[in-house]
Amino acid sequence: MGVGIEVINLNAWYGTNHTLQDINLNIPANHATALIGPSGCGKSTFVRCINRMHETNPIARVKGTVRIGDLDIYEDAKPVEIRRRVGMVFQRPNPFPTMSIYDNVAAGLKLNGFSNRRALDEIVEKSLKNSALWDEVKDELKKKSGASLSGGQQQRLCIARALAVDPEVLLMDEPASALDPVSTSKIEDLIFQLKSKYTIVIVTHNMQQAARVAEKTGFFLNGRMVEFDSTHKIFTNPSDKRTEDYITGRFG
Amino acid sequence: MKSDQFKTRSKVRTIIDHLVTSLAVIATALVVTPLVAIFIYLVYKGASSLNLAFFTQVPKPVGEPGGGMANAILGSGILLGLASSIGVPIGISGGIYLAEFGRGTKLANAVRFTADVLNGVPSIVMGVAIYALIVNPQKHYSAFSGGVALGIMMIPTVCRTTEEMLLMVPHAVREAALGLGVPNWRSVLSITLKTASPGVITGCMLAFARVAGETAPLIFTALGNQFWSTSLNQPIAALPLQIYVYAISPYDDWHRLAWAGALVLIILIVLAVSLVRYVTSRGVLKGAS
Repeated sequence: MGVGIEVINLNAWYGTNHTLQDINLNIPANHATALIGPSGCGKSTFVRCINRMHETNPIARVKGTVRIGDLDIYEDAKPVEIRRRVGMVFQRPNPFPTMSIYDNVAAGLKLNGFSNRRALDEIVEKSLKNSALWDEVKDELKKKSGASLSGGQQQRLCIARALAVDPEVLLMDEPASALDPVSTSKIEDLIFQLKSKYTIVIVTHNMQQAARVAEKTGFFLNGRMVEFDSTHKIFTNPSDKRTEDYITGRFG
Repeated sequence: MKSDQFKTRSKVRTIIDHLVTSLAVIATALVVTPLVAIFIYLVYKGASSLNLAFFTQVPKPVGEPGGGMANAILGSGILLGLASSIGVPIGISGGIYLAEFGRGTKLANAVRFTADVLNGVPSIVMGVAIYALIVNPQKHYSAFSGGVALGIMMIPTVCRTTEEMLLMVPHAVREAALGLGVPNWRSVLSITLKTASPGVITGCMLAFARVAGETAPLIFTALGNQFWSTSLNQPIAALPLQIYVYAISPYDDWHRLAWAGALVLIILIVLAVSLVRYVTSRGVLKGAS
C-alpha cells in the first residue's frame, strides 16, 4: 500500500543556485499527484528530493523535512533504504544495457542480495504483468537484452524494475516525454491502474496528461510552489493569476 | 533546363562519393599492409623450421642440430600469467578509482599523470628499475622479477582504458541503479563496470599483447634459460629473449629458429586474444549494446 508524503519547508540548491524555495505540501496516499510548470521551475529537483537522489550530485544541497508515512527521510534513514521504498522512473528509458529483460526487472532485488530464485521468478512475472509488458516479452525473458526493446517497452520495463523492489511511492519524472502517443497512452493507463497500490508523483510538461491521470496537481514556478489543489480546480478555476496564465498558455 | 542541372549535380556527387570511398579503402589497405607483410615474411622465413621438436624440446647446445623452444613457450606463458595477475587487477582498480571515486580530486590527477608517465617509460628502464628493486637484493635473476616488470608495464594501459570506458557509460544507467536503492560500490562493480566490460577487456588485451613481445625488461630480470624451469625463483626462458639471443648469434640454424620463434610468438598472441574474446563474448544477449 502507498503512504502519504509530507513536505515541510523544503529548500534545495545546485551550487549557489537556489532551485527550490520553501516548499510545503501534503501528497495524499494512493493517489496520483501531478507536478506541472515550465522548464527549470524545480519540479524535477523536487521529486529527486523525495528519494534523496538530489544529493547524488556532489554540488547539490538540501534542507527541510520530508516525511514518507511516519519516516523522516533526512533524519531517520539512509539514502539506499529510502530509495528502496520510493521507486523512480526517469525521463529517458534507462534499462541496464548488458542485462536480459529478466535481470533488468530482478536487478534491484539481486543487487541487494536477494537470491531466492523461485520467489524472484514470481516477482519478475508479477512486476511485468503490473507494468503491462508481460505478454510482449514473456517468451524471450532471458534471451533478449533490455536495450533491444522499443522505447515505450523500455519505459514499461523500467516501471516493472521499479515495482519489483515493492516500493510504497512511485516517482515519475516526465515518464512519457520521450515516447510516441500510443506508448504514452499505455503509460497513462498504467498509472491509472497503479495508483490503487502506490502513491504516485508524476512530473509532466503535458497539461492534458496531468488532467487525465492525476487527482491533485501542483504548479511550480521559479523554484516555488505557486498552487496545489485538486486537478479539477487547478485546470478550471485556479486561485492564482500565474497558474491561470500558465494553464491558458500565456507563457511556458 | 532544370532537370539538366540536377543531372550534372548528381553526377558530381557520385564522383565525389566514389573518390572519398576509394580514399577510405586505400587508407584501410595502408593500415593492414604492414601487418600482413610481416606475417607473410615470418611464415616464409620461419614456417620451414617449425616441427614437433620446436614445441617439445629445449634448445640444443651450439653445433648440435635440432632442438626447440618448448621451455621458452612455457616460460612466456608463466611470465605473462604472472604479469596479468599483477597488472590487470591493479590497473582495473586504478581505473575504477579514477572514473568513479576520485573524479576531480588531487590524488586522482596525480594518479592519472603518473600512469601516463609510466606508459611512456622505455621498457629497458623498467627492466633496470626492477633489477635494482628485486634482482639485486635477492642476488639472483628470477621469473618472478620478470613477471613483476611486465605486470607494472601493463598497469597504465589497463588503468587508463578502464577509466575511459567507465566514463563512457551513460549517467542514466548509474542513476537507474542508485534509484533502486543499490549502494554506490555495488552499482559501480555490478552495473557500471559490467556495462563497460567489453572495452575494459580490449584494454587488458592490448596491454597483454604489448608486454608479450617485450624483450628489454626481461634481460635484467628473467634473464633467459636454456633448460626447463618452472620455478618463479630461477631465471626463466621467454620467447622474445630466445629470439633475441638466436637472432644475434652467428649461426644460420639459430637464425632460422629465431624466425620460427617470432612466428610462434605472433600466433600465440593472436590465439590468446581470440580465446579471451570468444570466452567473454559468450552469453551476450540479443540486442545488447
